[in-house]
Amino acid sequence: MEKRAHFSGWTLPLLLILPQMAITVIFFYWPASQAIWQSFLREDAFGLASEFVGFENYIGLFEQPEYYRAMVTTVIFSTLVAFFSMSVALLLASQADKNIRGGHAFKTLLIWPYAVAPAIAGVLWIFMFHPTLGTLARPIRAAGIDWNPMLNGNHAMILLVLSATWKHISYNFLFFLAGLQAIPKSVIEAGAIDGAGPMRRFWTIIFPLLSPTTFFLLVVTVVYVFFETFGIIDAVTGGGPAGQTTTLVYKVYADGRLGGDLGGSAAQSVILMVIVIALTAIQFRYVERKVQY
Amino acid sequence: MVENRPFAQFMAYLTLAIGVLVVAFPVYLAIMASTFDAATIINGNMPLIPGDQAVENYTRTLFYGGKQAREPVAMMMVNSMIMALGIAFGKILISILSAYAIVYFKFPFRKTAFWVIFITLMLPVEVRIYPTYKIVADLGLLDTYTGLILPLIASATGTLLFRQFFMTIPDELLEASKIDGAGAFRFFKDTLLPLSITTIAALFVIQFIYGWNQYLWPLLITTQSSMQTIVIGIKKMITTTDALTEWQIAMTTAVLAMVPPVLVVIFMQRLFVKGLVETEK
Repeated sequence: MEKRAHFSGWTLPLLLILPQMAITVIFFYWPASQAIWQSFLREDAFGLASEFVGFENYIGLFEQPEYYRAMVTTVIFSTLVAFFSMSVALLLASQADKNIRGGHAFKTLLIWPYAVAPAIAGVLWIFMFHPTLGTLARPIRAAGIDWNPMLNGNHAMILLVLSATWKHISYNFLFFLAGLQAIPKSVIEAGAIDGAGPMRRFWTIIFPLLSPTTFFLLVVTVVYVFFETFGIIDAVTGGGPAGQTTTLVYKVYADGRLGGDLGGSAAQSVILMVIVIALTAIQFRYVERKVQY
Repeated sequence: MVENRPFAQFMAYLTLAIGVLVVAFPVYLAIMASTFDAATIINGNMPLIPGDQAVENYTRTLFYGGKQAREPVAMMMVNSMIMALGIAFGKILISILSAYAIVYFKFPFRKTAFWVIFITLMLPVEVRIYPTYKIVADLGLLDTYTGLILPLIASATGTLLFRQFFMTIPDELLEASKIDGAGAFRFFKDTLLPLSITTIAALFVIQFIYGWNQYLWPLLITTQSSMQTIVIGIKKMITTTDALTEWQIAMTTAVLAMVPPVLVVIFMQRLFVKGLVETEK
């Protein structure tokens, strides 16, 4: 798409675009290429010299059982958060879409968690489920379950899934609601005239028509779990206990900062870049079929 | 609704009400915790109605900080505010200028420039943290507001949003302005900018929240306590040794950290929704 009318001249547009270009090159392309270059280098113990080692960092990575564990953790974490945040959001959105009084107030009351920082969300949830002082942990312990997310990896993961889901429901709710409101009422009325009840209408008419939104949200949610939950993990578990909640992104951070293994960390960054580019490409491939909001 | 079913209406209310309660409960608990003293929270029997320590907790948190760190949270909030506003205004400024250049001018490498910017959409700062850290360190920008802000405004979201919006503006407007003798600057200031106000405001809301909630980047590049943002500050209050965590101060800080972005969402809801849907995150 192009404009019919234009201003002429070269210098002005180049000046206008310069700030963004400069920032993009300095803080984006340069570090990204550094990451790729570093992933082929190995530094000595003191960080004084580095030598070119080819794919050794990558091979080393795939020989680490921890890396596979981080991968599995990431997949489990994303699957659970995607499933729960999307199904709860769809349930709430389909109720809010009904022609009820106060629908707008409900919308306001449901979307604000989007504004809560991931790390703060983590802090809120660890306070509720803290093994000794958590208001909700006490009934669990009273029921005879030895609830302790600080020591038990599964409990830690449950807590992470809860906090990450809580924070992301608002986003999915908003888009599901927009998607539902875009479905023409006549289609649903036609279904009703043919004798389909509300449940039947939902699964055979509304849900299929909503699939572009669902797909879009699935990709966005996975990207969210990959990257933005860093704050939640760091605040709630710090990747523990014993590395059981370390995701791929958390491992990049931990290996580079705590372990000092910059080459390995860079190799992980590159793999992550490939994953994000793939996810974004999938998203854009389907973007044309997306419903109008 | 198609048919009138009182029961379905009732279920809708019930589901939504339960949803609202579940969503609000963690925050309610945090607000309650910010009104009790440490002992009441530690023994695990915190009541669900407000206590009487609110004034004490909030003044201590804002102006004194926790026992361990002794960093006043008011200072952290100033830092967070500077960072959030810097990111929001910075992104709007550079992206509206570059979108203007890309849409309204014909110059060599215009397509290339667009793609160079567009690709940055794909990579969040998390995947390139250490190299970016090194560059910021080499430039001597550690522990500065510039170092906090600049790397985070390198993204394509704003440019794409403005480009999309400029494309919907009829060509006739530019043609009319040109006939009236307006140059590139006049057209931008008198025609384009006034038309873009809502888009700018929507982008501002989204970027303010994004900036305020940043975690990993400030965690890496701030070493001095005087440069800490509130989201980082709270993490440091929750120590692994339970005895040292002052929960009432930590939860007061959590409440304070939520106030600005949540207020923005509630009071600018229309702009927030517009921004969210149009930038698609």
